[in-house]
Amino acid sequence: MATIGTPTNISQGSRTKGGIGESTLRPDGILKVTGEFAYSSDMWHEDMLWGHTLRSTVAHAEIKSIDVSEALATSGVYAVLTYDDLPTEVKNYGLEIQDTPVLAHGKVRHHGEPVALVAADHPETARRAAAKIKIEYVELPVITDEASATAPDAILVHEGRDDHHIGHVPHPNIVHRQPIVRGNADEAAERADVIVKGEYTFGMQDQAFLGPESGLAVPSEDGGVELYVATQWLHSDLRQIAPVLGLPEEKIRMTLSGVGGAFGGREDLSMQIHACLLALRTGKPVKIVYNRFESFFGHVHRHPAKLYYEHGATKDGKLTHMKCRIVLDGGAYASASPAVVGNASSLSVGPYVVDDVDIEAIALYSNNPPCGAMRGFGAVQACFAYEAQMDKLAAKLGMDPVEFRRLNAMEQGSIMPTGQPVDSPAPVAELLRRVKARPLPPEQQWLSAGQEADVRALPGGLSNTTHGEGVVRGVGYAVGIKNVGFSEGFDDYSTARVRMEVVGGEPVATVHTAMAEVGQGGVTVHAQIARTELGVAQVTIQPADTQVGSAGSTSASRQTYVTGGAVKHTCENVREKVLEIGRRKFGSYHPAWATAELLLEGGKVVTDGGEVLADLVDVLEGESVDVELEWRHRPTEAFDLRTGQGNGHVQYSFAAHRAVVEVDTELGLVKVIELAVAQDVGKALNPLSVVGQIQGGTTQGLGVAVMEEIIVDPKTAKVRNPSFTDYLIPTILDTPTIPVDVLELADDHAPYGLRGIGEAPTLSSTPAVLAAIRNATGLELNRTPVRPEHLTGT
Amino acid sequence: MRVNFTVNGRQQEADDVWEGESLLYVLRERMGLPGSKNACEQGECGSCTVRLDGVPVCSCLVAAGQVEGREVVTVEGLADFARQRAEHGGCATGACGTTLDQAKRWEARPSDSQTGEGSALSPIQQAFIDAGAVQCGFCTPGLLVAADELLERNAEPSDADIREALSGNLCRCTGYEKILDAVRLAAARQEEAV
Repeated sequence: MATIGTPTNISQGSRTKGGIGESTLRPDGILKVTGEFAYSSDMWHEDMLWGHTLRSTVAHAEIKSIDVSEALATSGVYAVLTYDDLPTEVKNYGLEIQDTPVLAHGKVRHHGEPVALVAADHPETARRAAAKIKIEYVELPVITDEASATAPDAILVHEGRDDHHIGHVPHPNIVHRQPIVRGNADEAAERADVIVKGEYTFGMQDQAFLGPESGLAVPSEDGGVELYVATQWLHSDLRQIAPVLGLPEEKIRMTLSGVGGAFGGREDLSMQIHACLLALRTGKPVKIVYNRFESFFGHVHRHPAKLYYEHGATKDGKLTHMKCRIVLDGGAYASASPAVVGNASSLSVGPYVVDDVDIEAIALYSNNPPCGAMRGFGAVQACFAYEAQMDKLAAKLGMDPVEFRRLNAMEQGSIMPTGQPVDSPAPVAELLRRVKARPLPPEQQWLSAGQEADVRALPGGLSNTTHGEGVVRGVGYAVGIKNVGFSEGFDDYSTARVRMEVVGGEPVATVHTAMAEVGQGGVTVHAQIARTELGVAQVTIQPADTQVGSAGSTSASRQTYVTGGAVKHTCENVREKVLEIGRRKFGSYHPAWATAELLLEGGKVVTDGGEVLADLVDVLEGESVDVELEWRHRPTEAFDLRTGQGNGHVQYSFAAHRAVVEVDTELGLVKVIELAVAQDVGKALNPLSVVGQIQGGTTQGLGVAVMEEIIVDPKTAKVRNPSFTDYLIPTILDTPTIPVDVLELADDHAPYGLRGIGEAPTLSSTPAVLAAIRNATGLELNRTPVRPEHLTGT
Repeated sequence: MRVNFTVNGRQQEADDVWEGESLLYVLRERMGLPGSKNACEQGECGSCTVRLDGVPVCSCLVAAGQVEGREVVTVEGLADFARQRAEHGGCATGACGTTLDQAKRWEARPSDSQTGEGSALSPIQQAFIDAGAVQCGFCTPGLLVAADELLERNAEPSDADIREALSGNLCRCTGYEKILDAVRLAAARQEEAV
């Protein structure tokens, strides 16, 4: 009989049933297992049309002409729109720099750029009509790497760019640049007994969320539009949509519909404006659902990167200095590239103490697919490189790789390369100790006593490519550091509205935020927070929409911290108001109303000594409390554009991995046997969800280690593998056992001491797997993903 | 064309079906059963898995015309399907699958289509919730149909059996560990119940 559950190490307990610290179940769980949960692609409206996007077949070209007449004449087609049909002078949008055209005008800058839109009565009609649109392109040379982008005669991807970054970059084809200089790396290098250099390549990863981009736009009677859509940040979408439509924001009512995963890929707009334009033009509801092929063109990817590193260390194992240069390819449009550069540079040293550093990170404009946010956001690429460097240094010094890391591990009070002190627990050495202390899985698991080899447990699996011959094992370690929340001075706030009243004889709390639930479990945690703060069993979570203030983005591991913080803060305010009502109604009956610290627990007002003063039903009878408040974490500041100094981050998150792999050296096939992880979460508000997030993040890191990559043809900048047949994500057969060890070292600055968790496990998973493959094969392996040809030298 | 088939025990008739439409499209857009998901429409991810005369298939790869006169079970009917299997003895051990006769004996009971209330969940559905195997949930319907079919023919699957049976279903959120937990849990509860 198999064991149930993965052993974890999380403390349990909370004063209120269903409150924080308990593994309460998802409120949307029943709907999701019965197929009744309404995802954005499930929306339906009477008299609904289907929208379709025509996308460029070339990466870089001038558009000489577009002829839509034949498409428009197709039976069942209601509208065909191009750039000329946009209703206002605002024709671009963007997260930070408004450089992304709603529909291409004059030029296309990447393969798959939207050029025209069709609305028809059947999705196939729309697709076939779009195929009849005639576009005349004059192809231009493609910019695909740093050399072609910064060549003296390079064509500018964006002529006449006028954003605020232009003054700080050496070439207009560079979106942003962030140097960090601290101490004197050249001088410090002279103290080094060993120096290692490395060049690393990180492939383009895709978020590959399962639910494709989709949504429904419904024109409203006041000339506005209602939009039901899967997104990560409703208010950010709204801010970008309104100017293009020429409508005031209050005429665009956005409601979050079910989101099938996000991982950063829904931070940028996809079909939002397109569906609204078609709905406003036709006067009918319009639904757009991307298929998987289109989804690969419909969202930004993780920046592929080249990383050049130099580290030095003394013979007793202390790091002397670090120099690095990180070149991120941002593709055709800026998206989140400036912030990704800020993260990559400021986290490029990793969770180590190095006083003397010389760092530069840049992001390019190119004709490759646009890149932006993805889980780990710039820290992932750096972690891959600095962890390889740590192993190289340890090997050169003849030291154990974990011991070498622990000698240099940062801790609370350490100083970041940006000069910022780490002012909360940083248990880097302890996380490494924990993954190392875990017993190793038994050797040659494919053999069980007296039986034939179970090929399913071998590299190559059911393909039956080996029975164990040529299979070698390796073990590798890695640890990473990720910032939590939006950095560099961003006003990173959230809003919560909480109502408390008596419904059906029970005290009930209602929580309304605009937080995008993308699967991470925010809706579960918000109810837990309300139960803890308000002492009620019944908590209703209202659907997220723009009728309440912004919650910020469901990204950067920030939602439980920031929107959770907003819910907590608002509940505390509601609690005070409830107690005021109680004092007014019942204060004369007991002196504790005026003198004691009062709590709400189990539907009652109690003193901190446990004495019950009143039932909440009696306090709230005939009254209700309704509060909406914004909440902010500690402010951050921008990094100096020359030195990189500044208190840019609000909190850090740490995870460590140990990977155990087996490699068939004859065929170059890898099987990851186990991927153990230890992470500090500050406080596990919902242990079950915490473990799920850590395992999911770990698996995305595994994917980029051994299989995931969008392949872009370097000659044409065309995407070669936009499908789940050719872009591989880990299946259950590719994914090993993932034992999770959770630490709870509270961050005193955060609500409940919690630490954002979603991204950190994605960082160290990849380099741990690479380290294990290197350990098994003795190969250097400076690129990810590792492919069979890298292991067999073919 | 017109297609007549049975979905979750109810006779259905779809009119004006274009010959290129998939079973997935007909279920989602014509039958009002969006539980089967449209994640790749290429047979690679398993999100649209349904049972066709008892056999798990990717409904995106089945042309609507192919289901004429046949029986389809989707995630919306999974709870009733599992309950009736239990009542009729089902297949407790060994690999036997669902016979056509068994599939045809089965009928859905009415339930509240908005909340799922009124119909008890199948053991695998409950186990997915209890084990934390649901995050964004987009892969969940396909995984449930595939896992339920596994447990029907193999009541005590090993981890390797579970991995093999679910290898056609992609999940991007969970890392699969809790999905394994859920199938183990459902199998253990099934064993206790016998």
